[in-house]
Amino acid sequence: MIEVGSKLDEKLFFIDRAMLKAYADASGDQNPIHQNEEFAVSVGLPNVISHGMLTMALVGKYVSDWAGGAATVKEFSARFVKPVIVPADQKVDLTVTGVVSAVVDDHITIQLSATSAGVVVLEKSEAVVIK
Amino acid sequence: MLNPDSVGRTFEGAELATVSQSEINAFCAVLSESNTTVAPPTFSIRITLEQFQEILSSPEIGLDWSRVVHGDQRFEIKRPIVAGDVLKCSSTIESFKVSSGNEIVSVRSDLHANSELVVSTWSTLVVRA
Repeated sequence: MIEVGSKLDEKLFFIDRAMLKAYADASGDQNPIHQNEEFAVSVGLPNVISHGMLTMALVGKYVSDWAGGAATVKEFSARFVKPVIVPADQKVDLTVTGVVSAVVDDHITIQLSATSAGVVVLEKSEAVVIK
Repeated sequence: MLNPDSVGRTFEGAELATVSQSEINAFCAVLSESNTTVAPPTFSIRITLEQFQEILSSPEIGLDWSRVVHGDQRFEIKRPIVAGDVLKCSSTIESFKVSSGNEIVSVRSDLHANSELVVSTWSTLVVRA
């Protein structure tokens, strides 16, 4: 039974440079900070970083999988607080958890948490699904 | 710096965006989403971000797109986007402020298919000092 306080199983996604390229093409966001290490460092970043919206899209996948598909997601929000840093030739983790914070009829609100390498990358992330 | 007179203004996207199955497939593939009959919840960013960039970096608004980072994002999804949707994007600059030298601009975008509201999005963009 789903009730306030119910926890969703933790899931790990892995992000690498190939995924950033694929997301850049799929989303149209070709900002070089997500693909070109030299450029990223030149603007003061530690390395290439993931698109915040890729991070959010993966958390969206986590929510949709739990709720029964993308069509169940009615509201979805997040604040991007730290970048996901993606060095060359590495797969970095995106670790996602969720907890139910409200149940009103068939509308379920979930508070989401996402970390990479132990660092919180999203805050105030919340989804409302119909399940 | 963003022209303060632009706050409250709504900009209509110049072109309609027709969603193709291949665009949805490509977005789903990145996420290992096997169900491609509807677009993933964040797919609409593909349409809205391009339009923001065009509107906000136009000379009359004057935002320096090269220094923009994404602060936060919210979606209200009335129904999922599907292949064949022809969407019109209208964007309203809801607020603008300067904090510690960073410019912070909030934009709401509505995507309509004819008169039907499909998705509303709110984006906060930060122009780094």
